[in-house]
Amino acid sequence: MGSISLSHVKKSFGEVQIIPDISLDIKEGEFVVFVGPSGCGKSTLLRLIAGLEDTTSGTILLDGVDMTKAPPARRGLAMVFQSYALYPHMTVRDNIAFPLKMAKAPKEVIDQKVEYAARTLNLSSYLDRRPRALSGGQRQRVAIGRAIVREPKAFLFDEPLSNLDAALRVNMRLEITELHQQLKTTMIYVTHDQVEAMTMADRIVVLNAGRVEQFGSPLDLYKKPANRFVAGFIGSPRMNFVDGPEAARYNASSIGVRPEHFTLATSPAAGTWKGKVGVAEQLGSDTFLHVHVDGLGLMTIRTDGDQTFSHGDDVYLTPDPARIYRFDAAGLAL
Amino acid sequence: MARAASIQTRIGFTALAWGIALLLFAPILWTILTAFKTEAEAIASSPTFLPQQFTLENFGAVQDRSDYFKHAFNSIVVSLGSTLLGLAIGIPAAWAMAFAPTKRTKDVLMWMLSTKMMPAVGVLIPIYLIFRDLRLLDTLHGLTLIMTLINLPIIIWMLYTYFKEIPVDILEAARMDGAELYNEIVHVLVPMAVPGIASTLLLNVILAWNEAFWTITLTSGKAGTLTAFISSFSSPQGLFLAKLSAASLLAIAPILLMGWFSQKQLVRGLTFGAVK
Repeated sequence: MGSISLSHVKKSFGEVQIIPDISLDIKEGEFVVFVGPSGCGKSTLLRLIAGLEDTTSGTILLDGVDMTKAPPARRGLAMVFQSYALYPHMTVRDNIAFPLKMAKAPKEVIDQKVEYAARTLNLSSYLDRRPRALSGGQRQRVAIGRAIVREPKAFLFDEPLSNLDAALRVNMRLEITELHQQLKTTMIYVTHDQVEAMTMADRIVVLNAGRVEQFGSPLDLYKKPANRFVAGFIGSPRMNFVDGPEAARYNASSIGVRPEHFTLATSPAAGTWKGKVGVAEQLGSDTFLHVHVDGLGLMTIRTDGDQTFSHGDDVYLTPDPARIYRFDAAGLAL
Repeated sequence: MARAASIQTRIGFTALAWGIALLLFAPILWTILTAFKTEAEAIASSPTFLPQQFTLENFGAVQDRSDYFKHAFNSIVVSLGSTLLGLAIGIPAAWAMAFAPTKRTKDVLMWMLSTKMMPAVGVLIPIYLIFRDLRLLDTLHGLTLIMTLINLPIIIWMLYTYFKEIPVDILEAARMDGAELYNEIVHVLVPMAVPGIASTLLLNVILAWNEAFWTITLTSGKAGTLTAFISSFSSPQGLFLAKLSAASLLAIAPILLMGWFSQKQLVRGLTFGAVK
């Protein structure tokens, strides 16, 4: 239960084409993350799967059944919204029970499932509160609880953590990943945060302008990006790109080197590219150096936290030759 | 200095507000006072402010001449009936316009409002003929129907404005939770829009209660409401001023009291959405 298959799905709003043509196969039990910059169509794609938007053309199969025209209520999916979208006039208990009431479940079953979900999500002592009396993290848990009790074919998450503060976001990220390991239900998770994508996903769909740029496991995308867009989007800090004659030396239109794939030296003999340190961001574990490289522009270098550099220091960079990514004029990986 | 000036300004504005409020209230106050005067005193060439001879006989005379309670009952039936019917039609209509708009939704809203700009007398003859042929003249259900129709644009507009304030995410969450349209509206939208629906209800009860043009032209003895009751006391001949005042007082008292007790709700409802 829980395979999702999109075939030539297209979506336009009037004249504006949001999704030109997407085909995707999501396997049962998989945790798939849709990631991309804002406006790339990732939320629209999720809403098409949910049934909250109608497709312009193409088909959506859930467990092999054509659900393209089915209303959201009939698709058997559960969704967690960015805004949590809790029912403000209902208590936490009633919020979690709502999908079961809609399914006309018997009262004992409802009570039992609500208690179970509340215990799983540490909400037992808040069951009689209204959503406005809860913190952001608790609200998000209620939204997840409401999704769990339905025992859906798949969970859809629409940027669920972006309203939380940084510390809580890391916690909830872990909780959702654990929940997936426990339930083994298909999950589709939309985010613009590539760290969330890398840490949570079994497979990542990188979207750009309504097109799938690449679909693969996090490490695949990191190690073998299909094009310059994916190379630049996956990885933090982002990959450094070099065009022009320097790239031509590697028989490419442009080349990319990740910040962690440089050797750093202070003497000219060992270095390929010479530059001056602009800003040194010291995180303790790592130091990110923003280096103005002569003739090539600004580059970000990751080095260990014990290195101390300051503004104006001369440095010499050598990219790891085995880890130089080469791209053609169209941006495709060579 | 600045402080003194600001106190003076505040006193000025307070006095102005009281002045305007009293000016608006003066006719109502005059009607109330006249209702307790004798006919002779009511029409005296040098008018008195407070009744010189306090009397309740106007109220007795009014009830004797035409049945107040029957008219009041009709008013209650028509104003509540038309408002409830209007809400039953208006809630789904406003849902569609707020949450499933099309390219033409704005035009439809404007068109509905435009019907309120037309003078009612412009459609008097066709509506009168339709009512005559359908045997709706002087019936409560006929009057309830016309009252629903004339107030429907306001009901839909008010509900539309409130519904626009409700985050669509919450309705979408209900859909994802397995709620069909009926459950989405009844269990999620309506409970969240209670303040808006309540003020729509109050305002429309008041509008229907005070409506005079159609009640006077489409009813006579049987289905007449309190506005028809008042108009039966307005006569070019005879001494009816005190009785007319008594009748008016009886007619406006229930709605005045309702308005008084619900003013907080009404003000909140009418300014809803003005400040986020």
